[in-house]
Amino acid sequence: MANVPADLKYTREHEWAKREGDRVRVGITAFAQDQLGDVVFVELPKVGAKVTAHQAFGVVESVKAVSDLFAPVSGEVLEINAELPQKPETVNKDPYGKGWMILVKPSNAGELDQLLTAQQYEEFVAQGGGH
Amino acid sequence: MSAYDKLVFELSSPGRVGFSLPESDVPGKPLAELLPRKFLRGAAPALPEVSEFDVVRHYSRLSRMNYGLDTHFYPLGSCTMKYNPKINEDMARVPGFARLHPLTRPEDAQGALRLMHDLAGMLAEIAGMDAVSLQPAAGAQGEFAGVLMIRAYHASRGEKRTKVLIPDSAHGTNPASTAIAGYEVVEVKSLPNGEVDLDALTREVGPDVAAFMITVPNTLGMFEPRIMEITEICHAKGVQVYMDGANLNAILGITRPGDLGFDVCHFNLHKTFTTPHGGGGPGAGPVGIKAHLEPFLPAPVVVKDGDTYALDDKRPKSIGKLQAFWGNFGMLVRAYAYIRTMGADGLRSVSDNAVLNANYIMKRLEADYDVSVPGPCMHECVLSARRQKRQGVTATDIAKRLLDLGFYAPSTYFPLIVEEALMIEPTETESKETLDEFCDAMIQIAREAQQNPAIVTSAPVTTPVRRLDQTRAAREPNLRWSPTR
Repeated sequence: MANVPADLKYTREHEWAKREGDRVRVGITAFAQDQLGDVVFVELPKVGAKVTAHQAFGVVESVKAVSDLFAPVSGEVLEINAELPQKPETVNKDPYGKGWMILVKPSNAGELDQLLTAQQYEEFVAQGGGH
Repeated sequence: MSAYDKLVFELSSPGRVGFSLPESDVPGKPLAELLPRKFLRGAAPALPEVSEFDVVRHYSRLSRMNYGLDTHFYPLGSCTMKYNPKINEDMARVPGFARLHPLTRPEDAQGALRLMHDLAGMLAEIAGMDAVSLQPAAGAQGEFAGVLMIRAYHASRGEKRTKVLIPDSAHGTNPASTAIAGYEVVEVKSLPNGEVDLDALTREVGPDVAAFMITVPNTLGMFEPRIMEITEICHAKGVQVYMDGANLNAILGITRPGDLGFDVCHFNLHKTFTTPHGGGGPGAGPVGIKAHLEPFLPAPVVVKDGDTYALDDKRPKSIGKLQAFWGNFGMLVRAYAYIRTMGADGLRSVSDNAVLNANYIMKRLEADYDVSVPGPCMHECVLSARRQKRQGVTATDIAKRLLDLGFYAPSTYFPLIVEEALMIEPTETESKETLDEFCDAMIQIAREAQQNPAIVTSAPVTTPVRRLDQTRAAREPNLRWSPTR
C-alpha cells in the first residue's frame, strides 16, 4: 500500500487536503501518482480563482492518461505551485510535499470534515476504489 | 543490418539534383514583381539536395521498417484492425471514381452520387437509423456532428440544456467532441463490471441534460444488458441518446442501435467497414440519426428524385457543412464495395466470428492473466496485468515484449477504469493459427514475468529502436530537426 499520511484528509478522486491554519493545501496522493505514471503536464487555476468542492480545478497529464483534478473543498485559490508546470516530475517525486498544487481559503470549513480520513482512504483504495 | 534512421535532409549534398528542367521558353519575371515583399523569404529554404536514386533508396529502406496489418497481427483494442480486402482498393481506383473532379456537375456525376445515396441507405439499415450523413471525416467528427444536431434539435424546441452525460469508461473523443460543441461534460461512474450505473444515471438526467453518450458494447468489451432501460430513462426526461459506434463490429446483423432506442450513432468506416486505418488512409465517420433530427443534417444531402440524384443545399435548419466537398469519397467507395461483397449474411458472420475470436483469446489467457470482467465478452477482451505488476512487470512491459515476439501490442491503459489494462481485439479476419501464436506469446510473457522479469522489462530488443523515453518526449518535446546540429 502506498504512503497515506495520517494527518491529511482525502477525496475519492485521490486528492489530499491539509489544514494549515485557516487555509487548506491540496495535492494528489502517492497512490494517484503511482497509478498515473510519469506526470508530464500539470494545469492549475489562476490565483484568485474560485474552486468548488468535488468539481475540477485543473488537469494532470501522464504518459498514460489525462485526469481532472478535483477540489476537496470550495473556496478561493490563494497560491498555486508555480514550479509544477515546468517541473511536473515533482508530483511523482514528492506528492505530499513539493508536489502540492494549490492553497485554498475555504468558504465552508465544514467541507474538510466530510472528507475521508487516512484510514478510510486506505480502505477505499484497498477495496478497489482506485478503479 | 543496423537500423536505418536517417532523415532525407541528412542525405543532402550541396548542388546534387534529381532532375534538370529545360530553359523556360517564356520570359521570366523577378519574384519581387509578382509577390508582395512581406511574403518573400530572405534566403532559400533548406530543402534536401538529393538524386532520384537517393530518394528511391531512402524511402524503400524506410518502408521496409513499416509495421502494418498486411504483415502482422494487430490486436489493438477498440481499433478493429481487420483485413482490408484488396477488391475495395480496385473499386476505389476505377477511373470514374478516382478521377472524378469534386466540382463535376451533379448531372455528370450520377454514379458517384448514387453510390453515396445507396451507401447512406445501407448504413441506415444496418444501424436502424432513418438517415445518414457521409460527411464526417473521422469518428470524432461524426460525434461532433451528432452532438451539434442534438443541440440544434433542443434549440428548435426552445429548450436550454447545458450538460452531456458520459460514462467514465468512454473513449476520450466523447468528452472532447461534446466540450467543443459547447456543452458541459458530466462524468457518470460505471459499476465495477463496466456497466452503466442506472441509479447514478437516474440521478443525473434532468431538464438541463441534452444527451447521454455511450459506447455499446462498452469499452470493457461487454454488452450493456439494460440498454433498453437506459434509453427509456433518458427519453423520459427529454434526453437524447448517442451511441459511439466504435464497437459496431460486435453487433452487425445481430442488433441495431436504432432498435435499442438510440437517436444518433456514428460509424467508423475505417474500423467496421474495412477502409484503411491510421497511416493507411483518411478516416470516415458517417453519422446516423432518427427522423426527428433529419432537418439538422449537415448540408448538402444527396437526394434521389425518380432516377436522378442531386445534392440538396436548401436545408435552412442544417448544422452546416463539415468538410470541403463531399466527405472522404474514396473511403465511401471502399465501404460500399465491402458491404456489397459481404452481403447481409456476410456482415452477420463478421460479428459472430469477431466475438468468437475474442472469447477464444480470453479463454486461452484467463489462467495467466486477470480478466477484467468474468464471462463471455463481445468483440474484444480486456485483461489486467495486475498480477504481473506484483513482479514489477507492467502492461507497458508486456506490450513491448510482444513487439519482440512479432506482434503488435494491444491497447494499454485503456479503459481507464481497469488497472494495468490490456485491451485485445483480434477481429474476425484472423485465423485460429494466428490467434494461437499470439496466445502462446502472451503465455510465454506471463511465464517470463514470473521467472525472469528482466527479459520483459528490458524489451524490446529486436526492433529498430529500443524503448523510447515517452516521458522525456512529452516533457521536452523536440519536434524539429535542425541542420545546424
